Amino acid sequence: MSPWTFFVEHRAEILAATANHLTLVLIAMAFAVAIGVPLGMLIVHRPALRNLTLGLASIFQTIPSLALFGFLIPIPFIGGIGRRTAIVALVLYALLPILRNTYVGLTGIDPAVLEAAEAMGMTQSQILWRVRLPLARAVILAGIRTATIITIGVATIAAAIGAGGLGTFIFRGVAMVSDAVILAGAIPAALLAIAADLLLGWLERRLKIS
Amino acid sequence: MHYHGPSRERGVSTEMNAKTAPDNADHSIEFRNVTYSLNGSPSRTIVSNVSFSVPLANTLVLLGRSGSGKTTLLKLVNRLLLPSTGQVVVRGRPTSDWHPIRLRRSIGYVIQEAGLFPHFTVAENIALVPSLEKWDSSRTASRVDELLTLVGLDPAEYRDRRPHQLSGGQRQRVGVARALAADPPILLMDEPFGALDPVTRAELQREFSALARRLGKTIVFVTHDLREALLLASRIILLEKGRIVASATPQEFPRIDHPEVRAFTASLTPLAGAPA
Repeated sequence: MSPWTFFVEHRAEILAATANHLTLVLIAMAFAVAIGVPLGMLIVHRPALRNLTLGLASIFQTIPSLALFGFLIPIPFIGGIGRRTAIVALVLYALLPILRNTYVGLTGIDPAVLEAAEAMGMTQSQILWRVRLPLARAVILAGIRTATIITIGVATIAAAIGAGGLGTFIFRGVAMVSDAVILAGAIPAALLAIAADLLLGWLERRLKIS
Repeated sequence: MHYHGPSRERGVSTEMNAKTAPDNADHSIEFRNVTYSLNGSPSRTIVSNVSFSVPLANTLVLLGRSGSGKTTLLKLVNRLLLPSTGQVVVRGRPTSDWHPIRLRRSIGYVIQEAGLFPHFTVAENIALVPSLEKWDSSRTASRVDELLTLVGLDPAEYRDRRPHQLSGGQRQRVGVARALAADPPILLMDEPFGALDPVTRAELQREFSALARRLGKTIVFVTHDLREALLLASRIILLEKGRIVASATPQEFPRIDHPEVRAFTASLTPLAGAPA
């Protein structure tokens, strides 16, 4: 069976899996941004917390994704089989790029600008909200972009613990030794990643301040 | 070496001593035996036992090589730093008693490269302190236009530009306008014209010198350029390794017999033929 005929015959199923995949990614990214950005802001003035959080986030990043999904299964509340576990794992993966870029963006600002802000009587929170964050937003978004692309890829493996998504086709295709079935999962996943990259890249350029 | 420590009668501030103020009422800024060490460690002393005062509406130029401690002295005025020992008294109160935010909003600050906010327009940059002080928008807008005119930029043309759309000289003009926005009685300037090309620098120095006389601000100006110091100063204080080695009016200064003074006057010689 050619991939094309398989695509056409199973288009409804593929579309549903793509939608499911996208939901998985969006939910995970929403959590990762909601945790990563504020945490990145918090560690700007707290070196001890900074080393701890960046260290932990790096450790998660080094655990092979399949292993991380496996590790999470026996953990109560966040573990088990299914979507919830997958989202927890995806959030842990997405955290490092977001956290690191937020921190780097907030601290990588021209020292003259920060000195002027402080010398003119801005409080630390005014400097954070009015100076650091607006100047860091393109770098923060670059982190979100990297994290999104990683998440779209890693989410295919979430099918292994019953979270659904495009990975379902890939695992099924591997078991069936069918390129057509593998491609039915791989091609939409690749397209999603490219689309996310283009969209977020465009947004990043718009936010960049010369 | 005490220049104008306890012995006030020595005539530190000749220009203002005519007024019979008993204490520092006529002194905007006074350093009393100020020492500043990094982390309070004596082995890392940046300025040691410095005393001087700046009379109201005078321009004090802190002259010295890089690393002589002049920028540190400036940062002690607006409490970006606190002295390790001694006191910095600003408008009658030691900086340690001032609320840092209140103190800084009453002191204009201009630095090299201007330090303008790249994400703000020119108008928003100038309006920074007014916006922090919650001025209403019409008052702020007219103040911005007034200041742009004052520093020689046409408000209609420049108010909506971003810093990256300005030349170095224009950025520095905006930096001066921003520092003046809330009409602070004191102005601190850290090599504000240091990064400009020589022609623009001379132009801005001349204009600023006229502006400073007109505005009647108390100014502390840091530079390593003796020509700039001679042009702008009511008094020049020369620093070497964190200590004051000379303090004089621009007229007296070149005649002081001190190796560091001679080093600075020697730096002028190659430029002797250039127009002042």
